[in-house]
Amino acid sequence: MLTNSLRTGPDERGRFGLYGGRFVAETLMPCILELEAAYEEAKRDPAFQAELESWFSDYVGRPSPLYFAERLTAELGGAKIYLKRDELNHTGAHKINNCIGQILLARRMGKKRIIAETGAGQHGVATATVCARFNMECVVYMGERDIERQQPNVFRMRLLGAEVRSVCSGSRTLKDAMNEALRDWVTNVATTYYLIGSVAGPHPYPAMVRDFQSVIGRETKAQILEKEGRLPDVLIAAVGGGSNAMGLFHPFLDDSSVRLIAVEAAGEGLDTGLHAAALLRGRPGILHGARSYLLQDEDGQVIEPHSISAGLDYPGIGPEHAWLKDIGRMEVTAATDREALEAFQLLARLEGILPALEPAHALAAAIRLAPTLPKDALMVVNLCGRGDKDIYTVARHLGVRL
Amino acid sequence: MTTRIERRFAELRAQNRAGLITFLVAGDPDIPVFEQLLEGLPAAGADLIEVGMPFSDPMADGPVIQAANLRALQAGITLARTLEIVRRFRERDAATPIVLMGYYNPIWAYGRLRFLDDAIDAGVDGLIVVDLPPEEDEELCLPALERGLDFIRLATPTTDDRRLPQVLKNVRGFLYYVSLTGVTGVKDAIAEAVAPQLDRIRRHTNLPIAVGFGIKTNEQAAAIARIADAVVVGSALVGEVAAHLDERGEARRELVPAVHAKVAALARAVREARR
Repeated sequence: MLTNSLRTGPDERGRFGLYGGRFVAETLMPCILELEAAYEEAKRDPAFQAELESWFSDYVGRPSPLYFAERLTAELGGAKIYLKRDELNHTGAHKINNCIGQILLARRMGKKRIIAETGAGQHGVATATVCARFNMECVVYMGERDIERQQPNVFRMRLLGAEVRSVCSGSRTLKDAMNEALRDWVTNVATTYYLIGSVAGPHPYPAMVRDFQSVIGRETKAQILEKEGRLPDVLIAAVGGGSNAMGLFHPFLDDSSVRLIAVEAAGEGLDTGLHAAALLRGRPGILHGARSYLLQDEDGQVIEPHSISAGLDYPGIGPEHAWLKDIGRMEVTAATDREALEAFQLLARLEGILPALEPAHALAAAIRLAPTLPKDALMVVNLCGRGDKDIYTVARHLGVRL
Repeated sequence: MTTRIERRFAELRAQNRAGLITFLVAGDPDIPVFEQLLEGLPAAGADLIEVGMPFSDPMADGPVIQAANLRALQAGITLARTLEIVRRFRERDAATPIVLMGYYNPIWAYGRLRFLDDAIDAGVDGLIVVDLPPEEDEELCLPALERGLDFIRLATPTTDDRRLPQVLKNVRGFLYYVSLTGVTGVKDAIAEAVAPQLDRIRRHTNLPIAVGFGIKTNEQAAAIARIADAVVVGSALVGEVAAHLDERGEARRELVPAVHAKVAALARAVREARR
């Protein structure tokens, strides 16, 4: 056994160093232990893994391509930029990877009712999709504000047969949707499976969601080795809760030559108070079942985040990210709303790809970094979602009426 | 040495009756009105007092207590001010146990060990922290017990016989049985469903058992008082606070007497339940 590996976490208490854990009400605790046991068993079951692989290839459309962005690379004049095209997955984002994994687990556990929270609506759509396919009841909690700015996804979820419940408490965004989903779970715990969409929440969710998303990093590693014959120098991914980043990074954690860069949403600017940069501007705290970096005031009250991207508009971050930041394995930077909008437009014009506003933040960081690197440096940006859902938001910010 | 909570439950046993535990949120609807509410609770008939420590994201609470948390935060309540309020109460009342109830993050942000010391110093008798199950006992429960502060745990309908010993292991003071699966103040507690659960739990512990969640009416309180050692009423009282706010959200003159009258009615129901 490799004892100095960074890939062995979490420990048996669900901790990554100080972070993670199981900070939930007693009502949920037996259910979380049951989930942990069911997942451990499934993880070791070759039949489960084979089934997962088969759904990945035939339903999700994996592997997603690793695409050399030639014109973007030429425009920036530095590192060679590859895009991991998880936006080409069925439903248009990386979220489906995790949803397939968890719905197979829910079915294995005999659950019939699925609940989920969603911000941008991508996780809600992916959850509604697998619930339709696996014939399960689906309730998606979504903040009232996110419902306003992600109308196309709300309609998609309803077409897929899900009930979308509007959440009017707090900031009416992702955090409040998650509060409401937890309230539903505590009320309907016997029948209900909570399909969390990010590497957040109580143990075992951060590890389980990471495992299902790690297909992104495993494919990337094989693809770059095939195309370039070596590992990349830099991996860049946007982080809200952090699932696409953890999926890309995790298979590379022990490859110390590979820089891992997480990009947070700087909103209107890191020093304006209007951002969602938990790692850069938060401090450790406990929310939604885990300890991690959290945007909070002096008294431990959660501060409402801000980002143009509904998927990054969350005051916390996955616990494994917090640990990777503290031990110095992962670098953290941020991109503003404006930078993300510029990156969105640049990729559209140069590569013919409309990225979601979430990966547009990762692209913005890549656009800053690439010119400073030599031309033989290899960079992979996780293009974790497509931008169709965001055209109304982008149009509004560009002063265009659709 | 006995604690205030032990002494209070001993008195209740001697009187062959259940106790009434009232829950209000610290600083709701504002700090001065809350202090008047708190001060009058023992005379109105509260045997033990639970004080909610407001949090921006109260995941285990229904809409009534969520709204109270927000009102209190808007009124400027902090954990430090909550402790000051308890300290002032304690100067006037040495007998009524006070239990603080809330979520872990404000305590963590305050500094968990400093919080325990300051809470004891202020005259707090016990803590209920909703999001600290036994799996996380090292965080706060064990340091609290070392310092002599009771840690009151929740047991729920999902806590089965296999898990109960773990839940009971580090409880001191009393056990809080959550009558239903759900958040506070939404569904109704049903005494017939609770009774066999209490019998089951009593096979594992001699601790007093308080029952809460979903107890709103005098009749419900009386029914639970026949089978439990104490009855917790929260959302119904917090709802009474909300019902006496004017259009600007400020307390009407009749708010404090109305809440105390409701407590008095519940206390009568609880006291007469076993006669």
